[in-house]
Amino acid sequence: MVIIERRPAAPARPPVRSRSRRRRPWPTIVLFLAPALLLFGLLVLAPIVVAGYASLFTWNGFGVPTQFVGLENFRRLLTDEIFAGDLRRTLLLVTLSIGIQLPFSLVLAMLLNQPLRGRRAYRLVFFAPYVLSEVVTAVLFTMIFSPNQGLANHITRLIGLGDLGATWLADPDTVMYSLFLVISWKYFGFHTLLYLAARQSIPPELHDAAATDGAGPWRAFRHITLPLLGPTIRISVFLSVLGTVQLFDMVWVLTGGGPIRSSETLAVTMFQEGFKRFHVGYASAISMAIFLISLFFGLLYQRFVLRRDLEGAVTTMGDRR
Amino acid sequence: MSARAARHGALHLASILVGAAIVVPIVFGVLGGFKDNGQLFTNPFGLPDPWIPGNYTDILGSGAFWRQAGNSVGIAIATTVGVVGIGAMAAYIFARYAFPGRETLFTVFAIGLMFPFAVAILPLFVLLREMGLLGNPLGVVLPQIAFGLPVTIVVLRGFFRGIPPEVEESAVLDGAGPVRFFWRILLPMSRPALGTVSVLAVVGSWNNYLLPLIVFNDSRWWTLPLGVQQFQSQYSADTARILAYVTLAMIPALLCYAFAERQLVGGLTSGIGKG
Repeated sequence: MVIIERRPAAPARPPVRSRSRRRRPWPTIVLFLAPALLLFGLLVLAPIVVAGYASLFTWNGFGVPTQFVGLENFRRLLTDEIFAGDLRRTLLLVTLSIGIQLPFSLVLAMLLNQPLRGRRAYRLVFFAPYVLSEVVTAVLFTMIFSPNQGLANHITRLIGLGDLGATWLADPDTVMYSLFLVISWKYFGFHTLLYLAARQSIPPELHDAAATDGAGPWRAFRHITLPLLGPTIRISVFLSVLGTVQLFDMVWVLTGGGPIRSSETLAVTMFQEGFKRFHVGYASAISMAIFLISLFFGLLYQRFVLRRDLEGAVTTMGDRR
Repeated sequence: MSARAARHGALHLASILVGAAIVVPIVFGVLGGFKDNGQLFTNPFGLPDPWIPGNYTDILGSGAFWRQAGNSVGIAIATTVGVVGIGAMAAYIFARYAFPGRETLFTVFAIGLMFPFAVAILPLFVLLREMGLLGNPLGVVLPQIAFGLPVTIVVLRGFFRGIPPEVEESAVLDGAGPVRFFWRILLPMSRPALGTVSVLAVVGSWNNYLLPLIVFNDSRWWTLPLGVQQFQSQYSADTARILAYVTLAMIPALLCYAFAERQLVGGLTSGIGKG
């Protein structure tokens, strides 16, 4: 889900093995690895292969797929206005997250790094929504956005905006922004905490030295804190984008993709096609699209953005040897 | 000095505002559950007047809520035991044994970090149907274990590597085989890491929605997220009652968080926070 391994700066310690003691390691290897391989292969890898296979057929999901159509499902996907809309909406959410949610988290993390009474309590509170399930969050906010008894409209009326926001989730023009609001409510604390942990692992001597040299808080932030937070920021962007590409629970419960499909995401379209309309072949093609987008983004990002972090070049202030 | 005080004040103000933005929706839910719909309309912010505990007591008195909570607990425990046990075994091999193809295999697991249920859910559904696991809690538990393996293996391998080889050497000299070493020495030494991956597994299982949604047709096995959503569509006009249900569904997660905060936060920031 969330943890990315950082390759150790020093070469990994070679496993202890001496010929005399462990003459036959293979039975142990097989015994210990078999359950993981079996489950992972059968329930994670195989389904993705099956999805790839099924995407080449027109299939309702029952029996064995027989009606082979080659890449027709993918051709249809590329001309599908709904699919194009899914991509646009994903891009919108990614942009909003990177442009608003993450900078906000960064500022907050810097605040929480200051000596502040009750800092621990704030930390606890900010992170709390992260442990709530997306469904529970979504149902709660459905109530908050409810036109009559909801909290959201009461607040806009209270601050003099009237019924400006009467149609949070019901208006195609506002639904994505309302969705973004809920996503931010749930996840900004998570990013804040990542940044805070990274900030606190910067050795204080660096900032002390900068202060001695006469650097103000802004310059210290710009030239010391920010560069050293780089790896964490890059990983938080990575997680945020992947999470957005694969978004389902929240949207499904909050809006069902509506009104008139204006909040549908890739996974929601896949679910609609596969489980509601039984266009399993076509839905599998959407699955593959989600998979390929995630994989390509993941690999490219690791190759070009995370690479220097994984090599431990700029990051491992603490354990550079 | 006064500039510093001003800055300090601004800091407090900002933290309080954000804290309020987080807390207000939750408090709205908790208090809303004690109101009726009329009160919600006329008095959305204030305390309930009068307090109406009926929504809560109705739900707590119904079997459905408790059954769903029980299902969630059972599935979370089974998933956690499975994923931590199986993941620890694999992580031990990846950390301590050299064999051709090890890094490739490990990379396959690590790439699994990027696979969400959403991608695999359709074929998974077909597979589970073929295996006769629809409507069976194993149909949720086994895939949850499989999808939880990457994170478990990645974290535990890192931890196992940090345990000095001398420990293993002396265990072997004392005549312990690999199974014995793993079970009697490695696992007990790894409590902190096991705690972290356990909390991740519990939270993941507790919050899972899509998989139980497609596996359980029959409400007998429903977990809390399914129950909450079903309750919402059943009582769609009765906001106060839904708020009570949402609140009751939130409590276990929040309690668990308050209890295991360090473990969870430590787990999420480990390996990332070092930068």
